[in-house]
Formats: sequence, C-alpha cells, structure tokens
Amino acid sequence: MNENSAVIEISALNKWFGNFHVLRDINLSISQGERIVICGPSGSGKSTLIRCINRLEEHQEGRIVVEGNELTHDLKNIDAVRREVGMVFQSFNLFPHLNVLDNCTLALIWVRKMPKLEAESLAMEYLERVKIPEQARKFPGQLSGGQQQRVAIARSLCMRPKIMLFDEPTSALDPEMIKEVLDVMVDLADTGMTMLVVTHEMGFASQVADRIIFMDEGLIVEQNTPEEFFNNPKSDRTKLFLSQILSH
Amino acid sequence: MTRDNNSHSDKANPGIKPPPANTVGIIGWIRKNLLGGWVNTLLTIISIYILWLALPPLFDWALLNADFSGSSGKECTTNGACWAWLDQRINQFFYGFYPPESYWRVNLSLILLLPALAYILFENLPYSKYGRWFALSYPIISALLLLGGAGLEVVTTDKFGGFMLNLVAGLAGIILSLPIGIVLALGRRSKLPLIRMFSIAFIEIIRGVPLITLLFVAVIIVQLFLPPGVSLDQLVRVMIMITIFASAYMAEVIRGGLQAIPNGQYEAAQAVGLGYWRSMRLVILPQALKISIPGIVNTFIGLFKDTTLVIIIGLFDILGQARLLQTNPDWMGKVDHETFLLAALFFFIICFSMSRYSINLEKRLDTTNK
Repeated sequence: MNENSAVIEISALNKWFGNFHVLRDINLSISQGERIVICGPSGSGKSTLIRCINRLEEHQEGRIVVEGNELTHDLKNIDAVRREVGMVFQSFNLFPHLNVLDNCTLALIWVRKMPKLEAESLAMEYLERVKIPEQARKFPGQLSGGQQQRVAIARSLCMRPKIMLFDEPTSALDPEMIKEVLDVMVDLADTGMTMLVVTHEMGFASQVADRIIFMDEGLIVEQNTPEEFFNNPKSDRTKLFLSQILSH
Repeated sequence: MTRDNNSHSDKANPGIKPPPANTVGIIGWIRKNLLGGWVNTLLTIISIYILWLALPPLFDWALLNADFSGSSGKECTTNGACWAWLDQRINQFFYGFYPPESYWRVNLSLILLLPALAYILFENLPYSKYGRWFALSYPIISALLLLGGAGLEVVTTDKFGGFMLNLVAGLAGIILSLPIGIVLALGRRSKLPLIRMFSIAFIEIIRGVPLITLLFVAVIIVQLFLPPGVSLDQLVRVMIMITIFASAYMAEVIRGGLQAIPNGQYEAAQAVGLGYWRSMRLVILPQALKISIPGIVNTFIGLFKDTTLVIIIGLFDILGQARLLQTNPDWMGKVDHETFLLAALFFFIICFSMSRYSINLEKRLDTTNK
C-alpha cells in the first residue's frame, strides 16, 4: 500500500471503557477511495473503532491522523476532521423536529454558511441520488426505516465529505428495506468515495469491499481481500465466525 | 375526508364502509364518554346532580339577586352579592395607586403587549422580522412607559398596585426565568466541574428555601450588604427573587427534557460538524423544550400566582386591594366574597389562557404523525 496516499492513518491505537480494553494496538492505514468492511462479533470494538475516527469516542493511546489532521484535544483539529468525515448511524439519528429537507440543510446553513436556497437545491440533488426527493417536506417520523436511513445518508453527503463512516447502517431495518439502503451504498461506492462500513451484510462486503477487516476482542484478527477472506480465511476465529454467519 | 370521497371509494372498494352512526358525532361521544358502562353512567348522574345543586344558587347570588349600585355597603340590601363597589374601586383593583391621569400609560403598554406576544407566540404573521424586534424591545418600551422618564412624568414603583402589579412582576419573571433556567439546566449537565457545581448549588439552595424566606432576605437582609447610600428598588428586589426562584424550578424541568433526548441526537449533531452551542440551539433544545412545555407552563403559572407575595413589601397587588376594601368602614362585611371572586377571576383568565396556549403549541409542534 502506498503510504503517501493514506487518508486515515491509525497507529498503536488503544482505548479503554473504564477497565475494559476495547481497542488493542490497532494499526490501520486507509488510502483514498478504498472501501473497507469491518466485521466481527458484537463487542469486538468495530463500532468503537470507527467512532474514534470522527472523535465521537476519545482514544487514550496511539495516533489517529485523518487527512493530515491528528485527532487531539484541539477542537480546531476535531472540527477539521469532522468536515471531511460523514457518518451514518444504526439508528438513523435524524432530527425529528425538522423535516427531511431541513435535516439536510441544517449543517450546510450553519456550519458551511451556505445561503438557504443554494443549500436547498444541493440537498435536493442528494435526496434525488438516494431516490426520495418526493419526501423532502415530510418529517422523519412519517418515513419508513429504509427511507430514514437514506435521508441520513443524503444528510451526510450534503456536507461533501471525503470519507464516509457507516456504523451498522442496516441492522435496525426490516429485511425488505435493507436492500434499498445497500443499493444506495453500492451507488456511492461506485463514485469512488472512501468508505468504512461496519456491517454483517456479507453479500455487500463481497460485492463492494476492497478489504475486509475482521475484529475480535478489540484486536484486528485478520484483514484481506473479499475472495481471500471468504475462501481462504487464515485464523480459526475467522473460520468459526464465517461458518456461523454464512450458515443461516 | 369528505362524504364525496367516501361514496367514491365505496364504489371502487365495496369493502370500505363508514363507521356505525352511533359511534361518531355527538351521540357517539356521549355514549363513549358519559354513558360507557355503569360506573361512568353513575358518575355522570352524580355530577349533573351536584351541578344542579350548586349552579342555580350561585347564579342567583352573583347576578339575579345582586346589588349593582350604591355608594357604600349599607346600600347593598338584598341577600345577593354586593357589586356596588365596582363602580368606584375597579380602577384601584387594576391600577393600584398609579396616578389616574397616567392610566393611559399602563393601558398603552398592555395594548402593545398583544402584538409583542403575538409575534413571539404565533408564526406566519406579516412583517415578522420587524415584529420580532419589536417583541424583543417590548420590555424596555414598557418599562419606560410605566416608570416614566424621557419626558414622561416619573412614577415610582411604590405607586404600582392592583392587577397591573401582578402582571408586571409575573411577565418580567416569565420572560427572564426561561433563559436563566435553560442556562442553569445546561450548566448542570456541563462537563466542566466548576460550572456544574455552581449550577447544582444554585438550583438546590434556591429550591430548598421557601419563596417567602427569599423575599424577606431580599427586602431586609440585602440592604445590610449594599454600600451606604445605595438602595435597590424594593419591587425590583422582589422581582429578582421571584425570577431566580422560578428559574431554579425551570432548570429542573428543562433538565428533564434534556435527559429525554437520545444520545444519538448529540452524536449526529457532532458528526455533521455542529459544535456544542449550535447542537444545543438547533438540535437538542428545540426537542427538549418541546417535551418540557407542560412543566414550563406549570412553572409559569406558579410564578404568576406567587406574585401575590409582593404584599410582604407593603405593595397592594390585586389581593392587597381586595383586603383594603374589605377593611374599609364603608364596605366592611359586605364585600368579602365579591372582591376575592373578582381577583380569582382575573388570575383564572390569565392562567387558563397560558394552559390552553401550551396545549395548542404542543399540538402544533408534534411532528410524529401529521
């Protein structure tokens, strides 16, 4: 891997929740345009890892550098990183008191200082990309889970991030809505966006990922291309995980 | 849905029927709410009986058999209410000892209150930008009108009285206690220990002391700490105490609302790059305040009624005026019920309006199922 083109550089990362060691000596380098799927059993630290990248969680040891900004207590750096990084949550976290369009334009208007009309036309552009422009005036509470998650993706994309983080984006959805969200994510991958996706959707992983990272108990156990990962897993832990997740 | 729509869908969809006639409309409402089950029916009958016992005599006393004219209590000879004092004394009930030639200043500031409130309470009014500025500057305009200065004759606050005094003190408290309460509530949840400790101490101390004690402190003890020659207006002291008392309660009401907002909302706001203050103002507080509306209005109503405690600094608010008239030799023994009834009516109108508005606001802000 070419070190110079790394957009995220994580080295010797350690994090504890109280006495519980959630992330243990994580080293990870992600280059521009790379699509990474992180999987592993629950409690393995995969969500915590991507939440460290935009500082929703604070790490205690090691370095995280995103687009040349190292994450420290310096609020300016944190702001700079959050400008480049968009995030989609398992539970959507749309703002329920604002309609879909206002959800998308809020940060454009207040953070990017964009005029309202310009922000709205940009937001409509992205709502069209996630295929729900007709819902722009509705409130999140009136939409289905799949529609809400697509709005959440549009809201992040409006900020024109260079990196997108997805934290189990389909885990809270009914089975028939998973596909509409995954379709949007596949489209996004085709545009060359750098993506880190925590998910159990192995179909998506094999179709889109450049690299699959398998985590367990706070460690990166194994990382490989999808073909190698699925067909030729190296560690016993990975084999066990795959046999369980693919058997049903 | 209109009838036309119904009949249309009836043809298209034979399975769709209107609900049975006895479950909708007035008859449906009566069946469901008044006569649903024997307990309900029994309670309805008992309530009607109690109303039948209570209302006609009250009506007779207050209106049919009442005396409306006369210059002293002796002229009230019927066994009904004595309203003859209204003619002479209603101005005192409303304006206290405010100079009569300046009543227009009180009236004007009350009239101006209506557009100012309208621009704060309702959306979609014309000229809303100027309206908001007017609403923001209303407290200054109104203070100038009431107190005088800048060309108007100066009226000192010891002349304030009657219901106008309750309104002035209540409105000032309402306007100030909400923002102070918000700041205290955020302070109590702050990560900075100093701010958190201060907020907790302030809230717990103020909430742990009876309001009347705080008022005595304001009136008697504060004077000891002020440098000689400096005096703070008594009414201002009382208003400050009522306000901080209400703020402490307000802070806890709002903290309850803040705690009901899921953590994901903070995280989503952080993730799109809104900093702490913008997250609070644009994402968290609008939701938290909406949840807290019943508690906030509850605090407002309590505060408004607490303004009757100005009696302890020797000001005669509407209750003070009532007592004054009750002990007046001309009216003694004749107006005890009437004066309190009038005061109660004044308070009820204001408090009930606040309550109805808050229900209306809750409905308007409900985005779950529009």
